[in-house]
Amino acid sequence: MHDGFFYQAFIYLSAAVIAVPIAKRLGLGSVLGYLIAGIAIGPYGLGFIGEEGEDVMHFAEFGVVMMLFLIGLELQPSLLWRMRGPILGMGGLQVAVTTGIIMAIAMIAGLTWNISLAIGMILALSSTAIVLQTLNEKGLMKTDTGNTSFAVLLFQDIAVIPMLAALPLLALSATNAVVTSGDDHSTWISGLAVWQQTLVVFGAVAGIVVGGRYITRPVFRFIASTRLREVFTAASLLLIIGIALLMSSVGLSPALGTFLAGVVLAGSEYRHELESDIEPFKGLLLGLFFIAVGVSIDFNLVGDQPGMILSLVALLNVVKLIVLLILGKVFRMGFDSNLLTAFALAQGGEFAFVLFSFAIQEGVIPAQTAAPLIAVVALSMAATPLLMIIAERLILPHIGTPERDEEREPDEIHGENPVIIAGYGRFGTIVGRLLTANGIGTTVLDLDADNVDMLRKLDMKVFYGDASRHDLLHSAGADEAKLIILAIDDTEKTLEIVHTVRKHFGHLKIMTRAGNRLESYKLLDAEVPHVYRETFDTSIRLATDAMELLGSHPYQAHRAAMIFRRRDEADLLELASMRHDPGAYITTARERIQDMERTLTNERENPGEQRDVGWDSESLRADFGESATD
Amino acid sequence: MNQILILFAHPAMQKSRINRILIAPMQEHTAVTFHDLYAAYPEFDIDVQHEQRLLTEHDIIIMHHPMFWYSTPAILKEWQDLVLQHGWAYGSSASALRGKRFLNVLTTGGGEQAYSKAGLVGNTVRELLVPIERTAILCGMHYLPPFVVHGTLNMSDVDATRHAEDYQRMILAMRDDEIEWSKIADCHRINENLDDVLTRNGGSQNA
Ligand SMILES: Cc1cc2nc3c(=O)[nH]c(=O)nc-3n(C[C@H](O)[C@H](O)[C@H](O)COP(=O)(O)O)c2cc1C
Repeated sequence: MHDGFFYQAFIYLSAAVIAVPIAKRLGLGSVLGYLIAGIAIGPYGLGFIGEEGEDVMHFAEFGVVMMLFLIGLELQPSLLWRMRGPILGMGGLQVAVTTGIIMAIAMIAGLTWNISLAIGMILALSSTAIVLQTLNEKGLMKTDTGNTSFAVLLFQDIAVIPMLAALPLLALSATNAVVTSGDDHSTWISGLAVWQQTLVVFGAVAGIVVGGRYITRPVFRFIASTRLREVFTAASLLLIIGIALLMSSVGLSPALGTFLAGVVLAGSEYRHELESDIEPFKGLLLGLFFIAVGVSIDFNLVGDQPGMILSLVALLNVVKLIVLLILGKVFRMGFDSNLLTAFALAQGGEFAFVLFSFAIQEGVIPAQTAAPLIAVVALSMAATPLLMIIAERLILPHIGTPERDEEREPDEIHGENPVIIAGYGRFGTIVGRLLTANGIGTTVLDLDADNVDMLRKLDMKVFYGDASRHDLLHSAGADEAKLIILAIDDTEKTLEIVHTVRKHFGHLKIMTRAGNRLESYKLLDAEVPHVYRETFDTSIRLATDAMELLGSHPYQAHRAAMIFRRRDEADLLELASMRHDPGAYITTARERIQDMERTLTNERENPGEQRDVGWDSESLRADFGESATD
Repeated sequence: MNQILILFAHPAMQKSRINRILIAPMQEHTAVTFHDLYAAYPEFDIDVQHEQRLLTEHDIIIMHHPMFWYSTPAILKEWQDLVLQHGWAYGSSASALRGKRFLNVLTTGGGEQAYSKAGLVGNTVRELLVPIERTAILCGMHYLPPFVVHGTLNMSDVDATRHAEDYQRMILAMRDDEIEWSKIADCHRINENLDDVLTRNGGSQNA
């Protein structure tokens, strides 16, 4: 009964559903929650899950791939280029120096230089999944800590490629190792000459860039025009899985490939839609991945040599911590963010699992040497959320500089706009252009793929997507925005969005377009305070001009229009409240129309009576007529 | 306690430096109504009934504005034309405003000495405000000397803040009747020597 798919799913999901909310409530963060859940259901906990945890882990590593795709989506290529300093400098030095130190320690411990180097390289890597998820949850992604950590992690992900290439070369002392022995990791291209391999690799990368630029757009537009949401989701998943397959088949890291694809698509109109489609999958898979890490910790091994394993974990953490602290100092990071970055990145990473098993296959590292190290990596990953809590709650408050947060640079990666406009047709475009012309940033969502495409050609930043989805609003920056303008021509949809916004983004002010009186009533019934009838102002302008054409004085026509508008808007509110009582509604409506006519007629024919009386001198003449000469 | 209405008019607050500082403390006092006319009527569609109701409810009416072309910004002129209706504000049977006190609070780009017989302008501020003074008197109100902040163009924020404090002291003293009304009449501008016209109590309490 232990191997039924549903049984396993049930175990994993219950563990997550129980452990994560508790961990969050205790302020430990979701990552630690997942890890604890994994330990609990694993072979050394309740024993619900045995060896098969390993397979789950391989599957769940795909969450990391998705995460990097999402990160890529948020990074415009220009921004990535601007980050090249930290990526190469901080990232490169971190990998190089940490590798060197760990290698030295391993050699002092009596290992040969090639095994030591292999261990050094593998342990120099940190865990992208744990670090980014933890930083994200703490809202640190946009800070210096977030930026630097990301730069270092990105470099590490790139460094995996040469490491995979270099590991077999280190097998020279092992007697039985043949360079081509690792069947699992060798692919069809390992049969090719080196120059051919290089060509294939570059070809694959170029394929992603070119394909992402020129093929995905028309394809997505075609799919979007069917308006079947699940097909779009399927297409998004297909894109990522396809790239991952392509990358593995040429021996590159799938995470890197999807990251690249993300960057290529960062400027695309489908960015927000892709983001919200992939996000839930990423979340679940990452959670599964963390659980699997928990399951995989070999407590037998830990139990056998607890002293050694724990001191190795401590050693690993301390070495990485010190290297990062010194590098942060060299790169002039502020003290607080330096400290947080160092604590964040001080663990071993998920790539270590892959690289260790590869190294064992290649005969670089003996299995009995690698086994405790794998446990060390897993434990150090589990320790990260704890270390972050220690750094944040115990260390920083005592030696940190408390105001740092306030002076941090405005963020560039996520710079979101104060206004979201849903619907960019004839109505929304005018709203958007006027706001943009006055320096107010707008994020625009539209559901008509052809329209989006057209506007994009006019260089307008418009995103494809359905604004009634709260996840899409979230990716469009609804958390930071101040105002959402609903300029679509479908009142039912507008109401739906109003509902979603109220539920998930209570701080957002809402302004809506309404087709006619009836639609205005519906919106007013839903207590939307700012309702704009789409033809109202234009009709008034036309009527004003008509009066002018017929000979009215332009200013008189203008004042009349102003009175009309104000009165009609007040009437709208009044009538909205009684429209459910048809009798009262008709009576009042008729009265109001007559009132209005009377007002304007009086204004015209009998200027003493209603408005703008101050400009009238009739009564003056009567009162002061005789003495008017002084 | 006197009710005070401040009719504020500045068409470009985003460009204002001095008036922005002056009005900062004005929004939060009991019995003081701060009424920004350009904000209330961006299209000059002044709601006469509302304005007349406000006037009725207050005892001291203040027009606060920068000096524009030796006069007020346009909306105050529109306001006078529309709100001060014959038969309501003035005329043989009108009494709505009778007995209320009225004054201008204004800022001028030119310095104080410019606004004198011998100065660049050749007229005092009081002289230039004569049309408003006449209007107030025609409506039966007591016209008080203005509160003037001169030389705004190169005034420091520190000086502006000092004027804002004086403005606030004056408003609170007027509200609480801690000002010597009889003495004011002789001032050139009320803030010439504010301490002299505030009574002991008002002067020290709000300093
Ligand atoms: C259209 C206009 C007309 C002005 N006319 C005068 C004037 O006649 N006399 C004067 O002293 N300053 C004049 N000024 C200067 C303003 O009074 C001065 O800019 C204002 O008091 C500064 O206050 P603020 O910083 O709140 O805008 C004028 C300014 C503008 C914009």
